[in-house]
Amino acid sequence: MTIAALPGTPLREPMVPFRYRVRSRRRETHDVVTLALEPLHGPPLRARPGQFNMVYAFGIGEVPVSVSGDSSVESPIVHTIRAAGLVTRALCESHPGTVLGLRGPFGTDWAMGSADGHDLLIVGGGIGVAPLRPAIYAVLARREHYGRVSVLIGARSPADLLFATELQNWRSRFDLDVRVTVDVADGRWRGPVGVVTELIPRSFFDPRSAVALVCGPEIMIRFAARSLVDQGLSPANVRVSLERNMKCGVALCGHCQLGPEFVCRDGPIFTYAQVGHLLAIREV
Amino acid sequence: MRIDTLEVLLREHPFFRGLDEPDIEFIAGCGHNVVFESGAYLFREGEEANQLFIVRRGRVALEIDVPGRGLVVIDTAGEGEVIGFSWLFPPYRYQFDARAIEPVGAVALDGVCLRGKCEEDSKLGYELMKRFASILLRRMQSARLRLIDVYRP
Repeated sequence: MTIAALPGTPLREPMVPFRYRVRSRRRETHDVVTLALEPLHGPPLRARPGQFNMVYAFGIGEVPVSVSGDSSVESPIVHTIRAAGLVTRALCESHPGTVLGLRGPFGTDWAMGSADGHDLLIVGGGIGVAPLRPAIYAVLARREHYGRVSVLIGARSPADLLFATELQNWRSRFDLDVRVTVDVADGRWRGPVGVVTELIPRSFFDPRSAVALVCGPEIMIRFAARSLVDQGLSPANVRVSLERNMKCGVALCGHCQLGPEFVCRDGPIFTYAQVGHLLAIREV
Repeated sequence: MRIDTLEVLLREHPFFRGLDEPDIEFIAGCGHNVVFESGAYLFREGEEANQLFIVRRGRVALEIDVPGRGLVVIDTAGEGEVIGFSWLFPPYRYQFDARAIEPVGAVALDGVCLRGKCEEDSKLGYELMKRFASILLRRMQSARLRLIDVYRP
């Protein structure tokens, strides 16, 4: 079993949730909120960019949620959650003071260190922008270690864009190429209209060595990864974050199995070389 | 300050890159430079479609007024892209409005002039049609992806 954890926050009891209090709640869009959580007791767990925690709404249920905050900051733990079902709706309705359970961190990370010296393409769509945000923070903290960095964001509409203020700040930097596109817009929208994959050929990168980080709904991942490979990236350099029905988080229950891979343990970050063929199989 | 001729502008534009020099010269003869202030229309729905626009800078929104919803932006074209394909096929009428959402600099090409040349010179006509078809295919695929709502979890 290879569960990734930072030194100082070993997973001694991976099935036991620790109690965290909601310190703050920020509404991002009509159905997405960001919760900042701090532990009731002891040091906070620390996750690397791309890893996830199992977040428990007591008495209702538990769901996997990637961290969306700055991994270099010890506390609070930040999760951005879309209200999609019973549990996520309860989590989104949590207000400051609410106590939630947290287990983790689980899974693989974006492996930012191994992208040193390379051009980076960060491609996110919908709620998939949230697990990419820690990677963007990590890039900005060590900006000089990377080549050209493009952040490509897609959303259904301008109202569905996550982290709008931060996007604006990132766009104002000279060392980041930030492009945002939406599927549907009214006459007030000044940016491009189209799916996020259309931004890929318009970005500047060396396809022979560029590394791409891709997160979003699986259908978007498939098309984005395909587009990146069409542009000349090696499938081994395209990293995708997958979502499955994670339950235990430690590769025991099999709910999240994708062919031979356990998404909770072997993922959620995979290379497209590892899982590209599996994404094309309907039954998997 | 460098003042580029239309030939230079077209030769460097991704859409025309690689075409033979005489063809570039002929196509340049069908065109002229245009600028549009933000908010100005390049063309309107229902107008006779006799031009296509090679966008050099700025961004153009292809939009339609939907009763009860107002303006809906269907697509956009920015630097290096081409907008306006209705001149290619009868009845030669624009299907949507094209509005500059930023100050736009473009080369406007006369569709009648181009059609005539393509009819005469099938080699150039085929080459241009392949390039137009490639853009149309990309736009159709983009529309299909939007149709399936790729950001839906």
